[in-house]
Amino acid sequence: MIDRTDNNTDQITLAEIFDEFEFLGDSEAQMDYLIDLGLDLPKLPAQEKTELNRVHGCQSNVWMLTDFDDEVSSPLHLQAESDAMIVNGLIAVLLAAYQEKRPKEILDIEIHKIFDRLGLDRHLSPQRKNGLNGMVKRIREAAMVKLSQEG
Amino acid sequence: MNITLPEFDVEAFRKQFPILHQPDSHGRQVIYLDNGASAQKPQVVIDKVVEAYTKYYANAYRGVYEFGQRIDDELELTREAVRSLINAERKEEIVFTPGTTASLNMIAQGYGRTVLKPGDEILLTLMEHHANIVPWQIIAEQTGAVIRYLPLTEDGRLDLEQLSDYLTEKTKFVSVTGMSNVLGTIPNIQLLASAAHAVGAIFIVDAAQSMLHEAIDVLETGVDFIVFSGHKFYGPTGVGVLYGRYQHLEQMSPLLGGGHMIDRVFEDHSTWADPPAKFEAGTIPIVQAIALRPAIELVREIGLEAIRAHEQSLLVHAMDALREIPGLKIYGPAPEHKGAIVSFTLEGAHPQDLAFLLNRHGVCVRHGHHCTMLLHDHLGISASVRASFAAYNTHEEVDKLAEAIQAARKRLRLA
Repeated sequence: MIDRTDNNTDQITLAEIFDEFEFLGDSEAQMDYLIDLGLDLPKLPAQEKTELNRVHGCQSNVWMLTDFDDEVSSPLHLQAESDAMIVNGLIAVLLAAYQEKRPKEILDIEIHKIFDRLGLDRHLSPQRKNGLNGMVKRIREAAMVKLSQEG
Repeated sequence: MNITLPEFDVEAFRKQFPILHQPDSHGRQVIYLDNGASAQKPQVVIDKVVEAYTKYYANAYRGVYEFGQRIDDELELTREAVRSLINAERKEEIVFTPGTTASLNMIAQGYGRTVLKPGDEILLTLMEHHANIVPWQIIAEQTGAVIRYLPLTEDGRLDLEQLSDYLTEKTKFVSVTGMSNVLGTIPNIQLLASAAHAVGAIFIVDAAQSMLHEAIDVLETGVDFIVFSGHKFYGPTGVGVLYGRYQHLEQMSPLLGGGHMIDRVFEDHSTWADPPAKFEAGTIPIVQAIALRPAIELVREIGLEAIRAHEQSLLVHAMDALREIPGLKIYGPAPEHKGAIVSFTLEGAHPQDLAFLLNRHGVCVRHGHHCTMLLHDHLGISASVRASFAAYNTHEEVDKLAEAIQAARKRLRLA
């Protein structure tokens, strides 16, 4: 079990997720691991689960907050939660990839290479893939807005 | 009166379905409870597909050579088997289509267009499958007709007390499911057919779910159209049936033109062949239609009454077992008003996660809105999990479903 009590300093890394996926091998065990990651994901405060924060295109409900501080090139503070645990596990992957990254870094991340390496493209249903892409789009759009504000 | 039901030997029936004895890639015994989506195939159906392709395959209604003749004969034998199954008057009233969805679109476009005028009404119910909603929305938009939805009672039956408010002389079509694919609700077809006819409306039954569980006698009930799919009837995919009273089929326009459906083609127009050929344009799903016959024969050999009695005992068992599970909510009426479908939600568990975790125990169920968004909106949920039973399911499988749900609760830290 992963200790996620102190999310900001003890967040699971992409390397750890890659290692675990490789160790498990079997897609069903990997999905099971995503459920564990999902169960340990920090909860979003109830007042943040608004229509404005809802990500569309997901089969389950997903709420996401993409905040940057005012200063130039501030890192992303990403918070998200779904009512489905496998989706929460996917959110944990997105957190590992994007959390505390600066706008330019976010746009440079080739997220589909990460998904490919995890085999998500093969194992997720088309609807789940849509949902995942919807979340990625939301994060990238926030980064683009932040960049454009900075001129 | 005491009715003795014929004996039903579930183990003997199971033996006829090879896939039920096929473990999945993890070596698990599969517990197939997604029969509402599609039923598994008995060996006789699989054999018939192979027989047709290997012994006498040819295109239909074209060749005077031996294989062509044999194909035509086999198709007509299926047509007769379907006629007899629903007690239609003539086998020319049985049209082969690609499936229920195609059949409903053919009726909505082919008949709706000749009848509907602005302000005319089409009466559906809140528990219809999208296939019995969307074709009507399309024709309504094209003709200016209006769709109304008969509401449901609190427990998920049709609210017949409101029927007279919804069924008026403006109503031209009433199209109702023979059995809800989510709630399992079985409406009173006889009553609805009579009420529809009393206002001069055409009455259609979407029997995709019900055909395998509930007999419908078209002469006795006075139904105008019945549609269903082969694949939910232990038959092949790709073939469905459109039954229509002969005079309706004569009045109805074909949706597709070309091939076998013509009588005479002129430069500027064509005339149509008589039904059913009029609605069987192009090359029909020949082998699938032929292999539907052994499925019908198998079901009739056992008898729908015996099948229904077995499925009802599974339903009662499943509802009793699932009700014991904390946080589990079952949608739909009491067993006496429904067929063997149990749709539910589990508090704190998303249907997607639940379906995934049940699969860990070999239990195959459907999750999502099951092509009934209006019904799910009405129930106030976005998705549910559905266990739908067939005659080859057993009481042990019901117990395993309940155990798998309990295990999923633990896995999701709900227990």
